[in-house]
Amino acid sequence: MTDRKLSRRDVLRAGALGTVGLAAGTGGLSLPALEQGPTAQDTTRGSHHDMMTVGQLAPGSFDPTGFLTRFDGGTVSRLPSGQVLREYELVAEDREIEVAPGVFYPAWTYNGEVPGPTIRCTEGDRLRIRFSNKGRHAHSIHFHGVHPSNMDGAFEPVHPGKSFIYEFDAEPFGVHLYHCHTVPIKRHIHKGLYGAFIVDPREGRPPANEMVMLMNAFDTNFDNENEVYAVNTVAFHYQKHPIRIRQHELNRIYLVNVTEFDLLNSFHIHGNMYRLYRTGTDLQRFEYTDMVAMAQGERAVLEFTYKHTGPFMFHAHQSEFAELGWSGVFLVQETLHA
Amino acid sequence: MPELHAPPVTERAPAAPPLGPEPPRRAGLPLWFTGLAPLVLLAALVLAFLRFGPVGVFRAAFPPVEDLTLERIRLPEPGLMEVSVVNGGPEAVTIAQVMVDDANWVHSVDGSRRVERLERRTMRIPYPWVEGEPHTVTVVTSTGLTFSSEVAVATQSPPVDGRYLGTFALLGVYAGVIPVFIGLLWLPFVRAVDRKWVDFFLSLTIGLLLFLGVDALEEALETAGSVPGAYQGVALVVFGLLGTPLVIGAIGEWRKRARGERSPLWVAALIAFGIGLHNLGEGLAIGTSYATGEIALGTFLVVGFLLHNTTEGLGIVTPLAGERPRTLTLVLLGALAGLPTVLGAWIGGFTYSPVWTTLFFAVGAGAIGLVIYELWRLFARRSPAGLLAPLNAAGVLAGMLVMYATGLLVTA
Repeated sequence: MTDRKLSRRDVLRAGALGTVGLAAGTGGLSLPALEQGPTAQDTTRGSHHDMMTVGQLAPGSFDPTGFLTRFDGGTVSRLPSGQVLREYELVAEDREIEVAPGVFYPAWTYNGEVPGPTIRCTEGDRLRIRFSNKGRHAHSIHFHGVHPSNMDGAFEPVHPGKSFIYEFDAEPFGVHLYHCHTVPIKRHIHKGLYGAFIVDPREGRPPANEMVMLMNAFDTNFDNENEVYAVNTVAFHYQKHPIRIRQHELNRIYLVNVTEFDLLNSFHIHGNMYRLYRTGTDLQRFEYTDMVAMAQGERAVLEFTYKHTGPFMFHAHQSEFAELGWSGVFLVQETLHA
Repeated sequence: MPELHAPPVTERAPAAPPLGPEPPRRAGLPLWFTGLAPLVLLAALVLAFLRFGPVGVFRAAFPPVEDLTLERIRLPEPGLMEVSVVNGGPEAVTIAQVMVDDANWVHSVDGSRRVERLERRTMRIPYPWVEGEPHTVTVVTSTGLTFSSEVAVATQSPPVDGRYLGTFALLGVYAGVIPVFIGLLWLPFVRAVDRKWVDFFLSLTIGLLLFLGVDALEEALETAGSVPGAYQGVALVVFGLLGTPLVIGAIGEWRKRARGERSPLWVAALIAFGIGLHNLGEGLAIGTSYATGEIALGTFLVVGFLLHNTTEGLGIVTPLAGERPRTLTLVLLGALAGLPTVLGAWIGGFTYSPVWTTLFFAVGAGAIGLVIYELWRLFARRSPAGLLAPLNAAGVLAGMLVMYATGLLVTA
């Protein structure tokens, strides 16, 4: 934490700006609560900053802040035809992950993390994904997009110890996803086998501060209802560690909903509106809104620029999800302190 | 079906023959050694197991089954919840997060978050609970399992102080002591009526006790359900239910041998004792419900207890119909039956343990069971048709009916 001092200063400044009301109306949140210590032995009684998990993740746990801007272009080479070839290695592993401070979940992962790596390529690239299964159950990878039937991952479960190579051309451009398609699918998805799959248009998109967010949730007691909600796995992570963005700069979120059990999830930002490009498959048409609801598997590209500085919440507009971990804060600054 | 009748015993057999030929005593092995050796071996085995750890199949390759019980939720002031938890499972449990009404909430724990087997913790949650509405508190453990408990109707828990103790002393006196004493005032009446009417009132007593006994047993079993696993709720019920009549019965036999005939006073004291234990459990329940804000102490409830418990006094004096007990004896009997309500309410206000509540109710049920048995035997001696004489059968039914009808009033 090299930016610890700055973080504190931001927090103090944010505190002076006043509290940020939670649209749910059940209470408000303000940034001082973000500095909740690991023990929280004495809580501020009757304060309105208490809707929060206590403590911090164990050192070395999955870091949603790093994940947010990590895009995996694979190993790039060219085929004799001149077509770009991107090669990836994906390994299914059983791994216990921390989904909220102190709450461990027996996940099934791609490459040891939930969500799996964000696969990013350009339309027309040849993709070659070597998948090996080191888990204890059969798994597969099913990519959304256009590809041959035998590369679909739905009918070829890869048994433990076996491997499979998925190879196809990336199309169409947009924000997609990949996930395990082995039965029972519900369990294979909610145990953590999913990731974002971004195909850029050949001409590219305008330069922006890009982030990937998967709205996910965890049924930690296996009663077919979720206990923990988040974007990128860890409850309240981006509230405890606000995402710093620059005023007037274009931001782009590749948003994917993989929440199991609940019919819908949603994305709402405060103090702003975004351009909503559904599935990201069209560069022209968009909707201008601050709220989108998505079923499982739906995704979108969100573009926005902040006019004002200060902390702004973003969260699911299902208040229950927000209160169980799916809420975060953008900290908008004139210039980024880094 | 004559086979069902045992042949009449005319004479007691002189002496039981030995079970077999006396086994020859092994030379060189003293008696104490043969008695203790298995125990020593057992202790050594347990020590070795603890010291060197489990082997082979005993080594757990699966997550432990956690069992955390939220015993009590207090609302001491607006914006604060106090939750007591106990770990009744086989392994330590780590409290990771707390949710109130499906929202993560900050909280503090009075001690380590790792709760060892049978250890307790109290958590303080600054949650803005809403008067008159239900709330659910959920503890999420490190393995992601959840344990919940509900506050049915949120209302501020009264502080347990001098005023509380006074209130409950008064409540206990009203609900437990006064009605029993009023019931005792029936003594001149039951002494004056015909023998067949005394029998009727004795039958009535049996009816009352049957009702109370079943009620106590039901309460015991119900509370046993919320006893943390390790304390084995149902085993506690069996222990109290069967152990109590064994102990009291043995004392009775010993007294009979020392004093000759079983006195009616002994039966009356037994009844008072059984009712007292039942009332102790009842007091615990009232005190706890009040302290956790589950019930409001309405006049209706107190009136209900007055009527309900007055019949208990009648039950105590009826066996004394042929006696001339001293006033002090009667007072003591009344106190034995009624005062435990006060004691129970006091204990229940300070601490709630389903373990003790279960045990008290089970012991009460056992004691009442014994009393019913004693009264049954008394009847067998008193009248040829026993309880099945029409008037007596009507008495038993009437007793149960009275308890049922007055019980309607106390079901808060």
